Amino acid sequence: MANSSVAQGAQAPLEKEMARQQRLDEILSSYQGNEEELIPILQQVQQVFGYLPEPAMKKIAKFLKLPESTIFGVGTFYAQFKLVPSGRNIIRVCRGTACHVRGATGILGEVEKQLGIKPGESTSDLEYALEAIACFGSCALAPVMVIGNNVYGRMTPAKVKEVLANVGAER
Amino acid sequence: MSFADIQKQAIAEWQALHDSRKPRILVGTATCGRAAGAEAVLAAIDKELREQNIDAIVIQVGCIGLCYAEPLVDIIKPGRPRICYGNVTPEIVAQLIEDYLVKDNPRPDLALGTIGDGGVDGIPNLFGLPVLKSQLRIVLRRCGFIDPTNINHYIANGGYSGLVKALAMKPEEIIEEVKKSGLRGRGGAGFPTGQKWEFCRKSPGEEKYIICNADEGDPGAFMNRSLLEGDPHSVLEGMLIGAYAIGAKEGYIYCRAEYPLALERLRIALKQLKEYQLIGDNILGSNFSFHLKIKEGAGAFVCGEETALMASIEGKRGMPRSRPPFPAVSGLWGKPTNINNVETWANVAAIMQRGASWYASYGTQGSKGTKTFSLVGKVERTGLIEVPFGITMRQIIYEIGGSILKGKRFKGVQTGGPSGGCLPPDFLDTPVDYDSLTSAGSIMGSGGMIVMDEDTCMVDMARFFISFTQLESCGKCIPCRWGTKQMLDILEDIVNGRGKPEDIELLQELAESIKDGSLCGLGQTAPNPVLTSIRYFRDEYKAHVEEKRCPALVCNALISYYIDPEKCQGCIICLRSCPAGAIKGGKRVIHVIDQDKCTKCGTCLDICPPRFNAVVKTSGERPAVPEEPVPISSAGKTRGGQQ
Ligand SMILES: Cc1cc2nc3c(=O)[nH]c(=O)nc-3n(C[C@H](O)[C@H](O)[C@H](O)COP(=O)(O)O)c2cc1C
Ligand code: FES
Repeated sequence: MANSSVAQGAQAPLEKEMARQQRLDEILSSYQGNEEELIPILQQVQQVFGYLPEPAMKKIAKFLKLPESTIFGVGTFYAQFKLVPSGRNIIRVCRGTACHVRGATGILGEVEKQLGIKPGESTSDLEYALEAIACFGSCALAPVMVIGNNVYGRMTPAKVKEVLANVGAER
Repeated sequence: MSFADIQKQAIAEWQALHDSRKPRILVGTATCGRAAGAEAVLAAIDKELREQNIDAIVIQVGCIGLCYAEPLVDIIKPGRPRICYGNVTPEIVAQLIEDYLVKDNPRPDLALGTIGDGGVDGIPNLFGLPVLKSQLRIVLRRCGFIDPTNINHYIANGGYSGLVKALAMKPEEIIEEVKKSGLRGRGGAGFPTGQKWEFCRKSPGEEKYIICNADEGDPGAFMNRSLLEGDPHSVLEGMLIGAYAIGAKEGYIYCRAEYPLALERLRIALKQLKEYQLIGDNILGSNFSFHLKIKEGAGAFVCGEETALMASIEGKRGMPRSRPPFPAVSGLWGKPTNINNVETWANVAAIMQRGASWYASYGTQGSKGTKTFSLVGKVERTGLIEVPFGITMRQIIYEIGGSILKGKRFKGVQTGGPSGGCLPPDFLDTPVDYDSLTSAGSIMGSGGMIVMDEDTCMVDMARFFISFTQLESCGKCIPCRWGTKQMLDILEDIVNGRGKPEDIELLQELAESIKDGSLCGLGQTAPNPVLTSIRYFRDEYKAHVEEKRCPALVCNALISYYIDPEKCQGCIICLRSCPAGAIKGGKRVIHVIDQDKCTKCGTCLDICPPRFNAVVKTSGERPAVPEEPVPISSAGKTRGGQQ
């Protein structure tokens, strides 16, 4: 999910913040306000902000007339949602069964080494984030990694370097 | 427009495509094709056609299952059989266009096989090859043959005729037909589909729902993804038939977010259905109305469990609840709900199109029809397969799969994912059906089939599965939440050489309590991989616990590397590349690994030239080797490994 409008944390200039607030209002106005819509709303908000900022979750709670704790509960339950800003480019490595038996540990290790971070972490400049995922469904081409919408199959540690160099993330 | 008119128009379009004087190029661009580079191939085709000024029809199709040979490109010249080419690269496709389209050389050296009537010299018939010969395609029959984004292709190939037939029947008659087909749920448990529908149909209530479970959480399984990407309408047709039979006016497809292409294909398909008014109010002039929504998952394995899935659709945390009441009585928003797997729905469409007796003529007594599997792991020909029930594991692994990678020894095959088990070679001749797999200690599951070889450690696999279920446990019930954690801790101890003799029995005891005490299928089945691996591979557990040895040389804490002084040529290749600086020695001096510094990364093993082959990975006792480097001449031995 490489999108260009990821949060820059607290330093975001005022106009930018206003624009994002406006975007949030726009998102909410396209929904009716039923509980059923909570997950799609959170997904769309995360698309825009790159994570679920606390003020946004509070606003969603008001909009859906749900306790804030419910929003937080759902936001923390699903692996997809992030409560803190994460790296702009998400490098996702599969550690599913098929990938595991075909050497996913070595692939993940190489990415960790190249980026200097562990799964669930982001680089300090918030350029890259690393995630370990259960399966992308490309198991026949195991081991697999995904950056943005690109799926890379039949990976080797050597190919990891190549792929990361292409996105400018090589050490 | 009446359905007859829609059908006529679709057939005309399909026929025109086949009668066209232009060559056709089909490119498999499902997710696995893309992962192997299909998009670059597609771009190369466009470029080459433009440069050569060739007027050809390029169609993006789904996956025919030969994932090991992706990217796949098929070329059909007018009046010739279709030729399928594998492992195509942008360079190869440019050659194919030049050689076959321009010069009429079909390049048998690059072809996998032909499809359809007539042959081409030097190219075998694709469906006569071992990889496809014993397969039987019902659910996947259109995947790779039609454009999944074109509803007309589906309709021209028998699509939605099952719905039309169903709408002319009474709902009860349809349920009878599905019962007669013997269809059992493909989502894992194998519950008879017709019976499930009947419960829901008879359940009191005006408002009813149907759901398609497209969460496909089993890591290593991708059958549902491929089907949704390659033939989404077959699933939608099954749902329409089911909704009519059950009396549901609304439905949901719950698809995991990790499948963006499947979601996109579903959205396109749904839009087309609306355009043809095959969904909505008063479908095809009947008084049957049905509306369908697509819901995207948010990354939780437990949401594949039906009650958790429904909670997730309702916007809640995906936590299961105890059953009864079953969804057929109280499901989504407390209303009667029927949930089936993607493949189950697609089978329904086929059954209604071609009849229950036809369907029931395939398979075994208790398991009718076919099953799709994702055949992956340490096997030569990985891919998506569809086989009739009753086929043996041996046929699947050795005939369809070819052989074990790199000529290694077969150790076992995992079915049912984290809820299933790993069956050893003794079961190679067991027929694959619901009951045989269950009595062997595993389950059919949704269709993930992961082949393991001698280099796979069964204790490590058990740890892998438990760490998965432990991570994915929703935390609602204690046996699952803490029980899996306890099992994981013990397994971590064992793979790290801290195992105690009583641990194996403790694991079994814990497993039984977790199975009995857990709220939902996740916890109830989580111990299965551990139990089957203890049952069939107890020796490996014992080696880890008693000898602190990992026979498959996988568990890092139990392995070490050394350099064979007989074989080392003192070439300093490994010495220079060791990231830990743990190798001592010099030119023409036998190298030695400093065990205290070694991080067991395996770089030296990978890099030692095959002609020397001097680095050895071992577990347990290490043979005595010099502790300090010695010059090769003073070793006073005839040199082995010198060629
Ligand atoms: C932890 C867990 C995960 C499951 N995951 C899936 C899944 O990904 N897909 C699926 O169809 N069924 C899954 N099931 C089974 C469903 O609960 C349900 O039985 C199934 O969707 C019914 O469809 P069927 O009758 O067509 O098989 C899962 C069950 C459990 C306990
Ligand atoms: S197991 Fe890695 S993509 Fe499925």
